Amino acid sequence: MSDPAAVVVPKGSKAHVAHEVHHEELGFWRKYVFSTDHKVIGIQYGITGLLFLFFGFSLMMLMRWQLAYPGAAIPLLGTLFGEARMPGGTMLPDFYNELGAMHGTIMVFLGVVPVAVGGFGNFVLPLQIGAQDMAFPRLNMASYWFFFLGGVTMLASFFVPGGAAQSGWTSYAPLSVLATGGQTWWLIGMIFLITSSLLGAVNFITTTIQLRAKGLTFMRFPFFVWAQFVTAFLLLLAFPPLEAAGIMQLMDRLAGTSFFLPTGLVVSGQVVANAGGGNPLLWQHLFWFLAHPEVYVLILPAMGIVAEIIANNTRKPLWGYRSMVWSLVFLGFMSFIVWAHHMFMTGMGTAMATFFQTTTMIISIPSVVILTALLLSLWGASIRINTPMLFALGFLPMFGIGGLTGLPLGLNVADIPLHDTYYVIAHFHYVVAPGTIFALFAGVYYWFPKATGRRMNETLGKIHFAGSFICMNVIFMPMFMLGLAGVSRRLFDGGASYDFAQPVLHLNVVSSWGAWILAIFQLPFIFNFFWSIWKGEKVGDNPWQATTIEWAAPSPPPHGNFAVAPEAHRGPYEYSVPGAPRDFLPQHEA
Amino acid sequence: MDIPYTVEIRRDTGLTNGKIGIWLFLASEVMLFGALFASYILIRTGATTWPRGDSILNVPLATFNTLVLISSSVTMVMAWASLMRGRLGTFRMYMGATVLLGFVFLVVKYFEYSHKFHDELFPSTNNFLAIYFTLTGLHMLHVIGGMAVNAYLLGPGSKLWKTNPVWFTNRVENSGLFWHFVDLVWIFLFPTLYLL
Repeated sequence: MSDPAAVVVPKGSKAHVAHEVHHEELGFWRKYVFSTDHKVIGIQYGITGLLFLFFGFSLMMLMRWQLAYPGAAIPLLGTLFGEARMPGGTMLPDFYNELGAMHGTIMVFLGVVPVAVGGFGNFVLPLQIGAQDMAFPRLNMASYWFFFLGGVTMLASFFVPGGAAQSGWTSYAPLSVLATGGQTWWLIGMIFLITSSLLGAVNFITTTIQLRAKGLTFMRFPFFVWAQFVTAFLLLLAFPPLEAAGIMQLMDRLAGTSFFLPTGLVVSGQVVANAGGGNPLLWQHLFWFLAHPEVYVLILPAMGIVAEIIANNTRKPLWGYRSMVWSLVFLGFMSFIVWAHHMFMTGMGTAMATFFQTTTMIISIPSVVILTALLLSLWGASIRINTPMLFALGFLPMFGIGGLTGLPLGLNVADIPLHDTYYVIAHFHYVVAPGTIFALFAGVYYWFPKATGRRMNETLGKIHFAGSFICMNVIFMPMFMLGLAGVSRRLFDGGASYDFAQPVLHLNVVSSWGAWILAIFQLPFIFNFFWSIWKGEKVGDNPWQATTIEWAAPSPPPHGNFAVAPEAHRGPYEYSVPGAPRDFLPQHEA
Repeated sequence: MDIPYTVEIRRDTGLTNGKIGIWLFLASEVMLFGALFASYILIRTGATTWPRGDSILNVPLATFNTLVLISSSVTMVMAWASLMRGRLGTFRMYMGATVLLGFVFLVVKYFEYSHKFHDELFPSTNNFLAIYFTLTGLHMLHVIGGMAVNAYLLGPGSKLWKTNPVWFTNRVENSGLFWHFVDLVWIFLFPTLYLL
């Protein structure tokens, strides 16, 4: 706005092409740090998110020691955490709870969503719809910095008296209301993150509707764009109720209200001196009203990435594109009315449980439609096997296992023995870890050439894939068995103090070693990522011979993206069209 | 670099970016206040006793405040309409009145709050007061936010009028949409908390 040249506003789509030529060179801070360019913001989100993913994973690696070898001192690292957390290198239960709560929070809100939505959404979506930037570039920048602030707040909470939040990533009341100071930091951090995602969601929806290229109708959108579009609606509408809940919990903690504290609550043999009359279930309802749509926020962008890569490497149109799109929209809608299937054990009543179990069974249908369509897209194809495709192919069975094992949890009766056991952990980690995170890796390998002009090393990529694929299953498959044996997910000793858990305890050790070896298999990725930025094989603008519009831009795209505003002339996946000169017809070529 | 459809309307959607953006934002605000109203219902229906609003709160003051906010919505529309007619002077007058009425609302609210505190009625006293302070407090933050934007458009923001009157008018319209929403929230808050 301060730029006087910006005041003259072009009318019509042709005029803004001329502006690419004379935008002035920005200084370091405006170009790389406080940038309004969607690609820079996308990369900022992506790298920050990947760092948080690794950090959250590290918290889990510490916990896995305690689960595999309860009470044993952690070799080498144990002494670094101080006497308050690990006296003599042995983890204290409170610290274990901190790690658990923060692992969940960081992975979901600071890791996966920022990479999937903030990173890929920001970087790829405007390019795929042929836009020069997001509709509100400064809001976009604000969105990243709110996210950053939220992340810093969460990290800082480890160092406040009493440590970080300890009440699980779900922060169930009344435990969380009465918890130590870290919980307040958690709530404030969440409010920053919610603000960030609100700004992002408004931006994504507006950009998709308004800035799509000429001729790019909604049914010509790449599936990834649809996935981000629906995801943005979920973020827009599901997060505010959690914000409301967060405000109420802050009031409970700071102003002494009793929104979530029932009358006559007894803690450590004493009645809590609050007015009472509150309802702990209210927190759960508001939390899951966000957190179930959040599950789809975690998975839909992943499906979008996988769909792009599968279409590209099968050299075929996606099977059933339209049914996939409508499934996606239906999925988004339904995700708002299934939340209480997380609460079957709360005694909310059979009528409620029946309703939510029915909607949960219904919502599994569109998910299965999308997964089946992706699977059928492989049929009869001459598949190109490269690293992004391997991760995309890995996603399919992993998400399949994760999704299908969720069905017993969605049924009221079957949920009773499985609830809060390791079975639940295994179920949703199959969806998110070898599911979504594999899709995120696939996306990194796939769009890396667009962001840098260079391709990542294939050999290192394949080592990364093979190692991760095996380790993920070594970690999570045993958890199904632990869970079916009845081991609770909340135990500090992994079940060692229970007789019934003795026959399956050794599986904890298997899981833990899987997790630590998984960390080793991330090293090729980390090395590959940085090495390829400078030394990777140089490639052209469209190395994968893809059809979607982002490949029409130079690699890396300049500020403003396209030299000439692109137009869409056909659907997104016109591969192997009979009679065409090449096996792909880009959307933007007339 | 200029983002298209900031000022001019995209023909197939009939909207500017800002218009879509503000409506989406309002949709999320509906969910925010909706969740709080839903919580109110849940807590109230679960309570053994619940005071009638008018036995604790000051209905005449709140009625006055309701009239103040409704008037401010009218002046907000008049401010935008003045710009549509190309009259910056009358815009200034109406926008000034809008900000001023917002300020009157806050002053009245201040007296209501301090009266409650003086009577030792705090958020922690009971859940009626808890939800009262939470809802009206959050609403007040929205009033302050709206006033800040309006004051900006009245002051330094109005420079845009000289260079790009259409853009400026759009901004006033979008700010107005937010202001009407804040007004609307109060229209729901007033009977819910004070009268029921």
